[in-house]
Amino acid sequence: MSAAAISVRDLRKSYGANEAVRGISFEIAEGEVFGLLGPNGAGKTTTVEILEGYRARDGGDVTVLGHDPARSEPDFRERIGVVLQQSQLFQNVTVREIHEMFAGYYERPRDVDQVIQLVGLAEKRDARVKTLSGGQKRRLDLGVALVGDPDLVFLDEPTTGFDPAARRAAWEMIRSLRSLGKTILLTTHYLDEAEQLADRVAVLREGRIVREGTPTELTSGTEETEIRYRRDGHEVVVRTTEPTRILNELTGAALAEGHELEGLSVRHPTLEDIYLLLTAEEAQN
Amino acid sequence: MFTFPLLLFVLLSSVYTGRYLGRPAAWAVLAGILGYGAANTGFAGLALLLVARREMGFLKRVRSTPIPRVTYLSAVLTSILLVFLLQAVAVFALGKLLKSTPLPHNAFSLLLAILLGAGAFAAMGLGITSLIRSAEGSSAAVNFILLPMAFLSGGFGPTGHYPRVLRAIGDVLPLKYFVQLVYAIYLHGHQIWSRPGSVAVVAAWGVAGGLLAIRRFRWEPVEG
Ligand SMILES: Nc1ncnc2c1ncn2[C@@H]1O[C@H](COP(=O)(O)OP(=O)(O)O)[C@@H](O)[C@H]1O
Ligand SMILES: [Mg+2]
Repeated sequence: MSAAAISVRDLRKSYGANEAVRGISFEIAEGEVFGLLGPNGAGKTTTVEILEGYRARDGGDVTVLGHDPARSEPDFRERIGVVLQQSQLFQNVTVREIHEMFAGYYERPRDVDQVIQLVGLAEKRDARVKTLSGGQKRRLDLGVALVGDPDLVFLDEPTTGFDPAARRAAWEMIRSLRSLGKTILLTTHYLDEAEQLADRVAVLREGRIVREGTPTELTSGTEETEIRYRRDGHEVVVRTTEPTRILNELTGAALAEGHELEGLSVRHPTLEDIYLLLTAEEAQN
Repeated sequence: MFTFPLLLFVLLSSVYTGRYLGRPAAWAVLAGILGYGAANTGFAGLALLLVARREMGFLKRVRSTPIPRVTYLSAVLTSILLVFLLQAVAVFALGKLLKSTPLPHNAFSLLLAILLGAGAFAAMGLGITSLIRSAEGSSAAVNFILLPMAFLSGGFGPTGHYPRVLRAIGDVLPLKYFVQLVYAIYLHGHQIWSRPGSVAVVAAWGVAGGLLAIRRFRWEPVEG
């Protein structure tokens, strides 16, 4: 029986009058990589930090590995690994020393050298933290999160601010985590990251989940095709589920009037279009 | 941080010569520096260390591990106390070398007093962290308390000639009572338990700092 590693029902959290999380629900199965995707301020960190036990929720039911994270029991903390959106480790100790230090906080830590190997810092084992690059520091964060051999790993924006090469390296590493059977909750505002890494994605906007599914489900949900052209210098966009008929009408009319449909294009929306559409301000139509 | 009290000792013991309270002045300087050192390491050192770790997100990081909070803070506190004990040993060694000050006669009483003082100042250091908002401003804030307190309490030399107002302020500060306690034990051969008044004032300040810490200590950075 594969129980849910995380189960969230109608979770709510406000900061004063600001409703950061407005009743969201989702489940994450054991061994699954779940992506919480959304723009800045959508409520990703708030959600994740409630699940990690840092913040108190205002309402809803939350179970993480069978625990209520708000109680933050040591048993619970033995089993989670946390990479915060922002945090720094000591700068003047070596990669190995900082891993050993954190290993000392757990009852059954993983072999420190094995963890360092896993996050690709074997060559930097004896380097001081301050000499690492940004990408290497983030791997260090991950190594320190893995040293307790957690069942569940939280990654809050693990690659924000990375150059493309560093991001790819980080992605490889996260994939290798999943092959260890860890459950992973990842937040990101990069669509391609969610697409590349997550088994399932929830798109969060203004504290609500506006779409949820596998990366393919997210795109196939809409059957709308987008037709664009220019008329009198203005861009015209038509979204339709009947592209054949609409195109026929448009081109027919243009032919009859004897003018060209300038810049005509027809395309099926990509995941990116849908993401932009989902996360755009209500103001549009 | 560690060597500063030692430097001060060298400096002040060459400024104050002659006798004070019936003993060579260097003895009193040594006692004052022990007092200042307890506040410098226990209070200021601990507060700066914890604020820095809090603001860099390190304490928050530690909080997600299974180590109990009390265990973690106790370990930090213990390491600070050890630093201060080493410092105290270094001051005595330096005193003996430069000014032939004696090693303490009532070593056990003195050790208890030092542990009491450093512990109380550490508790105050723990408490003050909740009033400091950023790592950048923390050094200024802590020294703004520490240095005047050390002057007014006799940590840097006798205060008998200070204006009454300043002495009155010194009279409510814990460091003054701690310095008096060290004077009594080191200069006059008393035992710590023959000075319950001083012990009580120092301990009370420690308890106040501890209570503030219990109510207000934060593990997460103030911003974010
Ligand atoms: N500690 C906090 N205090 C007050 N408001 C907060 C706090 N954390 C987040 N917020 C607000 O809650 C909303 C969601 O923020 P956050 O969860 O950090 O989103 P995300 O991680 O998706 O960028 C934002 O409007 C943010 O300003
Ligand atoms: Mg965030």
